[in-house]
Amino acid sequence: MRFTSHRDFARAFERALRRAGVPVAFSQGFTPHPKISYASAAPTGVASEAEYLEIGLREQVDPAELRAALDAALSPGLDVLDAVVASGGSLADRIEASHWRIELPEVDPRVLSAAVSAFTTAEEVLVERMTKQGRRTFDARAAVIAIDVVAPTETPSEVAGVPCAILELVVRQVTPSVRPDDVLSGLRVVAALEPPVPPRVTRLAQGTLTAQGAIADPLDADRDGATIGGH
Amino acid sequence: MSVPSTTPRPVAGESVWPRLEPLLPQVTKPIQYVGGELGAVVKDWAAATVRWALMYPDAYEVGLPNQGVQILYEVLNELPDVLAERTYAVWPDLEKLMRAHGVPQFTVDAHRSVRDFDVFGVSFSTELGYTNLLTAIDLAGIPLLAADRTDADPVIVAGGHAAFNPEPIADFVDAAVLGDGEEAVLEITAIVREWKAEGSPGGRDELLLRLARTESVYVPRFYDVDYLPDGRIQRVVPNRADVPFRVHKRTTMDLDAWPYPKKPLVPLAETVHERYAVEIFRGCTRGCRFCQAGMITRPVRERSITTVGQMVQQGLEFSGFHEVGLLSLSSADHSEIGDMCSGLAEQYAGTNVSLSLPSTRVDAFNIDLAQELSRNGRRTGLTFAPEGGSERIRKVINKMVSKEDLIRTVVTAYTNGWRQVKLYFMCGLPTETDEDVLEIADMAHEVIRAGRAATGSKDIRCTVSIGGFVPKPHTPFQWAAMERPEVIDARLKLLKQAINADRSLGRAIGFRYHDGEPSLIEGLLSRGDRRVGAVIRKVWENGGRFDGWSEHFSYQRWVDAAAEVLPAFGVDLDWYTTRERDELEVLPWDHLDSGLDKDWLWQDWQDSLSEYEQDDCRWTPCFDCGVCPAMDTEIQIGPTGKKLLPLTPINGLKLPTPQ
Repeated sequence: MRFTSHRDFARAFERALRRAGVPVAFSQGFTPHPKISYASAAPTGVASEAEYLEIGLREQVDPAELRAALDAALSPGLDVLDAVVASGGSLADRIEASHWRIELPEVDPRVLSAAVSAFTTAEEVLVERMTKQGRRTFDARAAVIAIDVVAPTETPSEVAGVPCAILELVVRQVTPSVRPDDVLSGLRVVAALEPPVPPRVTRLAQGTLTAQGAIADPLDADRDGATIGGH
Repeated sequence: MSVPSTTPRPVAGESVWPRLEPLLPQVTKPIQYVGGELGAVVKDWAAATVRWALMYPDAYEVGLPNQGVQILYEVLNELPDVLAERTYAVWPDLEKLMRAHGVPQFTVDAHRSVRDFDVFGVSFSTELGYTNLLTAIDLAGIPLLAADRTDADPVIVAGGHAAFNPEPIADFVDAAVLGDGEEAVLEITAIVREWKAEGSPGGRDELLLRLARTESVYVPRFYDVDYLPDGRIQRVVPNRADVPFRVHKRTTMDLDAWPYPKKPLVPLAETVHERYAVEIFRGCTRGCRFCQAGMITRPVRERSITTVGQMVQQGLEFSGFHEVGLLSLSSADHSEIGDMCSGLAEQYAGTNVSLSLPSTRVDAFNIDLAQELSRNGRRTGLTFAPEGGSERIRKVINKMVSKEDLIRTVVTAYTNGWRQVKLYFMCGLPTETDEDVLEIADMAHEVIRAGRAATGSKDIRCTVSIGGFVPKPHTPFQWAAMERPEVIDARLKLLKQAINADRSLGRAIGFRYHDGEPSLIEGLLSRGDRRVGAVIRKVWENGGRFDGWSEHFSYQRWVDAAAEVLPAFGVDLDWYTTRERDELEVLPWDHLDSGLDKDWLWQDWQDSLSEYEQDDCRWTPCFDCGVCPAMDTEIQIGPTGKKLLPLTPINGLKLPTPQ
């Protein structure tokens, strides 16, 4: 699923809505579109355990049933974990930060630790990336709230018997967005870290940022005393 | 003493995914190599007795929606002891990485090496996929030449329309099947199953012999081709006992008994067609003389309105698609097309499911049909194909559509809310002159003029789309000379000037065309013989890939390869393309029987030159094309008089049934 682009996912999701019989609302106009808004989609090539979206409905449905029906209609690998009735406010506004795990096969954890130290001590780490506006240079350091080399407590997904360093990151949602590959570019800038094989990136969580620097479930706000009815 | 190999020999059927996955972040659109489509089937390798790899030799985005492959995939996988997986052409970026890292051509379903399968079936809609076949064979680790293969290699079987003349790829494939595939794959499966159960007696040779004896599987190695001193074919004869002199096409007669696809493949990746497609009939007897599909798929066999309705209902429920394509060679010709469209429009009213008829004849389109197609709000594109610009050339090609029909039809579309229609024509037709092509401009001008008058609006457009004519085997034009690319290009330039001569009208007319060069190469491959195989190989060795894509196709590469290879045989590129054949010449595909009587084809070619039109045998007496008696088939058309009943509305969420 990590190779699914956002467009691919959106198409698959809309078909799943039809298969599941979800009474989705459509926009008006010559080519009506279903009312779905996606919050901060993971980049192509990145796996994710925490993606969020909002659906506008024509009629009220039970969130638990909606979750079960959509989950059954989606391809294996795309799972719907939870659904709540939105209580108002934009979902996108509640996405303040993302938690990522980056597996770097064939990288020595000590080398990675040294690179991370260099990164954290730097005031600013300028990296370059192609954006829709063209090639842009921006700081990859300030948005990084936490960056830690973690011990491989379990075998990294699907690759066995190869040494592998693991990095965990908490990055604040900023513009232009700082993505995991930008942080990796930053490590290349400060410590010439060049992973010999493509790293595997997974988004573990995203949501509101607590004062302690942890990430809270963005749906929490809707869970207690949520108003009933679509929006 | 042998040195023990450091890498263990891969286990047959083992997934290559762990080696493939690290390459995918480095290529464009990696999702196309991942599989995992809704409707995809992954079976236990060890539990299967016969294993098929099915290929559509183009990019995933083009190959995945292919009906033929989807149907065979489903038919084969329904058998408990048979496993079928799919593979598509990989783009040059991944090909390069696969070669560097020793990753073989793989299936997208379970990422198994294609070489591990028993049968490797390749479906050719167009000859321009031949170089991609060579890439796949080579990446799979299978010897390029059929003659060099061993019992460890799969049997490579070609199918699809291009397989009606597989001679240019005779060196590379082990067998070819002509005609409808669903029963043919079952018969081949049964032969492979039995041969394996017996312990594979006689090896590959015996298996191929058993296939050849069915008289409907062509095995090129069992036929010798002799040539005359002037380069023409002297004869094609079997070189083994019990191999038939002619191989016959397959015809699936009762389409209601084969309601596939039931579970259409729904990909995550974007593909060229995002719709549930159902064939509403096969075959066509309109008799357009350029049309190979119409000639080789006779007779007309309709699928009944009730089966179509049921397939659409189940297909949409399964897939979640919101467009239904009613496919055939001329969809408005179905005897119950009106009831079918109104019934479907009624059933899906208010659901944003839209209907499309990809092939619609100008004279069979009417207001009712237009209204049903647009009832659910969204108007899918409308394309009409007069094919020829002048009345004269339309008589030559037997496309019996008048200018008045066209204008009336297009105006109907405009007044029903379509703002844009596409008109398709061909250039380079036999006997064609500049004047025939220039009349396309008059026709387009009149379409816009009439459309503006009828709608009172200037907001209507038409696109004139021109394809190059390619003479195809098993058609009355199989003897025809092709026009030179320079002549075609000059005509198209004149046409463009003529369209824009009136600036007000010209602004509303889009003009799209392909230049003549790719058509000439398609012509070489369509009517080529076994000697053309060396040209294909040379082009492939020089980097030829994805020849159906203008950004990858290189005319010069083909011209150079032909110039290098063909003189040794005393022939050249022109000999295959711009040369007219005479009545008695042995054509490379004469031993392959499409059911059409060669004498009838010749007569129709002569009728064409005298601009004599041939009626459709669905409505007028049989004109003796030969197919029905030769194949023991008959026309199967309705009307059945049945109607589609309203669907019971299913409201509410579809919850998974507890396991």
